[in-house]
Amino acid sequence: MVVVQEADFDLAVEYQKLTENNAQDGAVVTFIGRVRDFNQGQGVTGLTLEHYPGMTEKALKGIEQKAKERWPINRVTIIHRVGSLKICDQIVFVGISSPHRESAFAATEFIMDYLKNDAPFWKKETTKQGCHWVEAQQKDKDALKKW
Amino acid sequence: MNIQVKFFAQLKEKLGCGELTLSFPSESVTVSEVKSALSSKGSVWQKSLADGHVLMAVNHDLVVESFSVEDGDEVAFFPPVTGG
Repeated sequence: MVVVQEADFDLAVEYQKLTENNAQDGAVVTFIGRVRDFNQGQGVTGLTLEHYPGMTEKALKGIEQKAKERWPINRVTIIHRVGSLKICDQIVFVGISSPHRESAFAATEFIMDYLKNDAPFWKKETTKQGCHWVEAQQKDKDALKKW
Repeated sequence: MNIQVKFFAQLKEKLGCGELTLSFPSESVTVSEVKSALSSKGSVWQKSLADGHVLMAVNHDLVVESFSVEDGDEVAFFPPVTGG
């Protein structure tokens, strides 16, 4: 399941969706990305997330599909927020259920690594000095090499 | 043929344009030819689109410059993504 929304999400609610009526999956892995107060050398007070409606959903569904082809995972939830966010706000959620933990851990990391490179979101940070677009980082590109 | 072209994030700001329609006399062009047509709009367009980091998509899929674009397609240009 892929959701792009302005609204916040609730870990407990998402965990419930991954586990209810699900006796086959012994492992559930969840990841949450948050807005931090310091990035690329500057104090951050908030950020705005722009995206490409339509392509964003298609790219995330494609990443979910690739993960499902690679690992025996059953339920997958990807939620990404857009719009204005404050420090400590949640940005992204990935949750996966699987019979075994190895697949759930690996697929969660795989989805985040591909999301960072292929899903059309852009962060514009607000600092005391003004606004700036976040620069893409080589380390995120390099992360794909392990897959 | 007519195509829709979209721009996002810092590229949209630099160009002062989020979306436009382009017409070509031929039935199909490459993304590279779309880029050339846009570059002829002025030096800011030429310089911004010449940046090798600019990503391209056709109908919501990432593509390379040799990809073929047809009537009614949606083409997008944007900087490297920074979500997550």
